[in-house]
Amino acid sequence: MKKNSNNFFLRLWRHPKGRTGIIIAMLLVFCAVFSAYIAPYDPYDVTQRAEKGLAPSLSHPLGTTITTGQDIFSMLIYGTRVSLIVGLVTGICTAFLGALMGLLAGYVGGIVDTLIMRTVDIMLVIPTLPLTIVLTNIFGKSYFMIIFIFTIFGWTGLARVIRSQVLVLKNSNYVKAAELAGASRWHIMFRHILPGVTHLLIMSTALTSAGIMVAEAGLSFLGLGDPTAISWGKMLADAQSGGALLFGHWWWIVAPGIGIFLSVFSFMRIGLALEEMFNPRMKQGAGVRKLFKSLNNTYIQSVFDEMNEDDTPVASSGKEAVQA
Amino acid sequence: MSDNNTLLRTENLCVWFPVRRALPFGQKRYVKAVDNVSITIKKGETFGLVGESGCGKSTLANTLLGMQKPTDGKVIFKGQDLNALSNKEFKEARRDMQMIFQDPFSSLDPRWDVYRLISEPMYIRGGYTKEQMEAEVLRLLHLVGLNEDDLHRYPSEFSGGQRQRIGIARAISLHPDFLVCDEPVSALDVSVHAQILNLLMELQQELNMTYLFISHNLAVVKDLCKNLCVMYLGQVMEAGDTQTIFHNPLHPYTRSLLSAVLSVNLDEKRERMVLNGDIPIPIDAPRGCRFCTRCPFASARCFQETPQLTPQGENHLVACHFPGIGMEK
Repeated sequence: MKKNSNNFFLRLWRHPKGRTGIIIAMLLVFCAVFSAYIAPYDPYDVTQRAEKGLAPSLSHPLGTTITTGQDIFSMLIYGTRVSLIVGLVTGICTAFLGALMGLLAGYVGGIVDTLIMRTVDIMLVIPTLPLTIVLTNIFGKSYFMIIFIFTIFGWTGLARVIRSQVLVLKNSNYVKAAELAGASRWHIMFRHILPGVTHLLIMSTALTSAGIMVAEAGLSFLGLGDPTAISWGKMLADAQSGGALLFGHWWWIVAPGIGIFLSVFSFMRIGLALEEMFNPRMKQGAGVRKLFKSLNNTYIQSVFDEMNEDDTPVASSGKEAVQA
Repeated sequence: MSDNNTLLRTENLCVWFPVRRALPFGQKRYVKAVDNVSITIKKGETFGLVGESGCGKSTLANTLLGMQKPTDGKVIFKGQDLNALSNKEFKEARRDMQMIFQDPFSSLDPRWDVYRLISEPMYIRGGYTKEQMEAEVLRLLHLVGLNEDDLHRYPSEFSGGQRQRIGIARAISLHPDFLVCDEPVSALDVSVHAQILNLLMELQQELNMTYLFISHNLAVVKDLCKNLCVMYLGQVMEAGDTQTIFHNPLHPYTRSLLSAVLSVNLDEKRERMVLNGDIPIPIDAPRGCRFCTRCPFASARCFQETPQLTPQGENHLVACHFPGIGMEK
């Protein structure tokens, strides 16, 4: 196992897309963990009334906000925390729930399968955004709520994918061999089938996280996030209401935008790199190769067809010989 | 029927798979994958099972191993009816039966190394210490002709023949009495056929195992098996002593199979009997003899009446109304 996981990160690192993703993600994680040391000012400090609406300068690299005079660079650094935490936690929770449901549906089958898959069908048609607005209004605005809602509605797609993969693995010969050796259901599920879908889980965590980061920014922008926290979405909302456009303070808008872009970009890179690693057919240029292959095949087929036309059918002559 | 020499016996074994009806309340239909099969496998012998693809060989093997519940009939292993046992007893009884798979590429978990693969049955059974397990795995590795350098390699690093050796080591790790070899060499290169077959034979001698050898390679079956059973469309067509069947095939189907064996001897004059068409779908199996749609000698009676397995000489059973029809004497 150890050897495998080492290989796994090494392979991701060697992959050009994967490497960009990892480098940016590492940078973001570093910012999130050490934000207190990197940020030059306290972003929660709203009492710097004298330094409102400053343009970027050496002391304030990205200027300050117009309304409260907070340092935008510091806010940007601190915003990484919310973005990463919400994204990753939701990604992991979704992967966990999706894996559990997918495994149950695929491996146990029968009524459990029917129940889970019908639930998935229902969940898929419920629009998430209006529901989130309603629920945050009922239960209060917090990031926990956002994570909860996105997890509850996010596992469905993954569960379907996992289920189909489990169905394939369930009928594989090595599972049959394990059954013959007397393996219990738990043994097969956790030693053979779960390792067989891990790559899907890791990939989905990366891609879901990226999606959730955008969603979180969107919700914060709409004012549905935690009002006391500093997040990139909320920074955008503040910039909008604080008149950044009016005063031409573009840096106030661009800064969180770049933050969102970088985080989503890095996770997407990692996710896509994983997808290509596990499914080589996804590689760019695969389409061209496929085309060549099919052209070749049709050519070979035509050669065969010509050969068949020349030959007399073998089967009938053979039978005549027997009956004679 | 059953004596001390019998290891495994089936009585009128039927495995039918229900097919979804075309219309609601329509006639219920089945695929009769195995239909009324009775075979007896003696202790220590190699029992051959031949037939073309889709004739129910693998379904029969699965049923013998308890992987598939029979619709009707019994599987009696060491005097116990397998399907009447409780779950626990059944697991205990099945430890003595193992299987070697046709495809060594899909029957080994690609994420496991050789040590884990071979020790899995022992791990599942429990009761081994780590040292015992390691020693046992090494012993098995040597037994099948691999060495300890291979212990921590993955299946993808091995050739087909070596993988099949790993599969064999796994299968014999619990000292089974009965080993089902489901076309163990058909997925391998011709050059390693003999190696694997010799290995299997040596192991049989050494460990005193009984083999059910499923194959469509008649040349292999001829050399290895004492007794033989020819299946077509879920039913036994001809059964008995291998040499008798090879020298005196009485069923037209057996003869067509034998005529398809390639021979190195070019001068030999051979009867060539080529069948037309494909094996029918067993949902709508022909009413009379299963083989009547493709039999070159079929007469009206063959379409009406199902022939029973009837003895033709010592240890030779044939299911044909006209055994030996059309043979050049």
